[in-house]
Amino acid sequence: MKILVVDDEQDVKILFQQRFRKEIRKGDLNFVFAFSGEEALETLRAMNQEAVLILSDINMPGMSGLQLLETIKKDFVAPPPVVMMVTAYGDEENYNTAKRLGADDFLTKPVDFKLLKDKLIQII
Amino acid sequence: MTEQKKTLLEKTYRNWLDLILDEHPKLDTIGLIVDEDVMGFGTTLEEKILSIESARHLLFAGMEQRKHLKGFKFTEKEILRRIIGSDDVAIFVDELNLSYTLDGVLNNLPLRISTVLNYKEQSWKVTHWHGSLAVETEEGDTWHADELKLKNEKLQLLVDERTAELKQTITDLKATQNQLIQSEKMASLGELTAGIAHEIQNPLNFVNNFSEVSNELVDEMNEELDKGDIEEAKAISIDIKQNLEKITHHGKRADGIVKGMLQHSSSGSGKTEPTDINKLTDEYFRLAYHGLRAKDKSFNATLKSNYDDNLGEIDVIPQDIGRVMLNLFTNAFYAVDEKKTKSETKDYKPTVSVSTEKSKDTIIITVKDNGNGIPKEALGKIFQPFFTTKPTGKGTGLGLSMSYDIIKAHKGELTVDTEKGKFTEFKISVPIKNNSIT
Repeated sequence: MKILVVDDEQDVKILFQQRFRKEIRKGDLNFVFAFSGEEALETLRAMNQEAVLILSDINMPGMSGLQLLETIKKDFVAPPPVVMMVTAYGDEENYNTAKRLGADDFLTKPVDFKLLKDKLIQII
Repeated sequence: MTEQKKTLLEKTYRNWLDLILDEHPKLDTIGLIVDEDVMGFGTTLEEKILSIESARHLLFAGMEQRKHLKGFKFTEKEILRRIIGSDDVAIFVDELNLSYTLDGVLNNLPLRISTVLNYKEQSWKVTHWHGSLAVETEEGDTWHADELKLKNEKLQLLVDERTAELKQTITDLKATQNQLIQSEKMASLGELTAGIAHEIQNPLNFVNNFSEVSNELVDEMNEELDKGDIEEAKAISIDIKQNLEKITHHGKRADGIVKGMLQHSSSGSGKTEPTDINKLTDEYFRLAYHGLRAKDKSFNATLKSNYDDNLGEIDVIPQDIGRVMLNLFTNAFYAVDEKKTKSETKDYKPTVSVSTEKSKDTIIITVKDNGNGIPKEALGKIFQPFFTTKPTGKGTGLGLSMSYDIIKAHKGELTVDTEKGKFTEFKISVPIKNNSIT
């Protein structure tokens, strides 16, 4: 199962690659990166119904994480991807919207990587 | 009355008026015109004449005073010509409107002079006269120069007082203007705060994450060394080094944002310094965007940027140029959001784009939005202070006028191009001079 990380910050890629260095090396976790909502959708289409877990930031220029979530939940139904949203601390409004749009799980910024690791391993 | 007597009367009266008013009155002829026992009353206390001698003094004094009056002129208007008794007494009344300039002020003196002439021993002589003025006075001189001087002095005092008041008003206005500029800065800082929080949060997260992960990597590197896997240990050390560079990079990013914020709200006049325009533009582009996003969650727009890598650094006051950009970006985002809110179709894609460009001796920064454009009737006013189309309380109306002043101060130009329903494009051009530093 692939994990698609969506964030407009390019350094997120390096960070994830290092945070999950061992897991990636062992082949336990397989990360794919997209730097905008639009790019994420393209990646998803290219992946052709492959089982995927999406970890998306909300605050991004262009298509926001919430729009991405809405599109994914509408257009990618078989199999439905697990979507985890990363919300800013104390941002109730985005949290509630994401929940309404069908987000499967939430992470609060700054991301607790230990917690994330546990969650990912559990899901996968 | 015989024609001869009548002519003589008119001639004598003419001579009498000349004695009073002529520039060079023939005072030595006074005995031919004025009776020895003449009696005269003027409008001031000194003008109480009971003999030809005192009349001569008065006329002399009048002549002396007139020398100080510039542009002394008068017009005559006949009021009365009456002959009484046995054709030997004439009463002539004339209105003399005198005008002259004293201390730069034009004065008008309406004078009425009534003269009684008596025919004695084949000649007419002035036996009585009375001068009156439509001006209230008790003291002073014949032409009221002293009195008018006093009046002028009083007026001058009043003028001085008013001038001082006006100067104070101007000082107050300037202070108010400064306060307004400061509050505009603070208002735009408010727009920025959320953006700043977001912009600082991200680099800080990176600093924390990269330092934490480096810590773990050092442990891993040691494990690899213990195992004797030098290659892997070296690979890890490259990652650690890269991470430390990332920490520095994101630390500086946060630092720059805080500095920018402090500079943005500073009231002092900034200094020009070599500035990376691309970096500054991008910083404010993101700040403006995230600022609005934080305020209004439903707001979104596509950001497009196209920076000319040959721009280099040019000498500008960075916080001032930043203020201009923030303003243009905020306006652009506002415009696309407004269009999106009012638009009925879902096809509209709010887009704000920025580009930089280096020409021969100027750099050009272009901010373009695909909003509804600026209406023709507003276009001429957008750079005027306090002009705003935003609802009350939403805009100070100072943003563009301040921006215009800032760009002018940089000897540059701020121009606008717009098409109804299509786009608005602001162009900042600033001369490079010989300040290009690479």
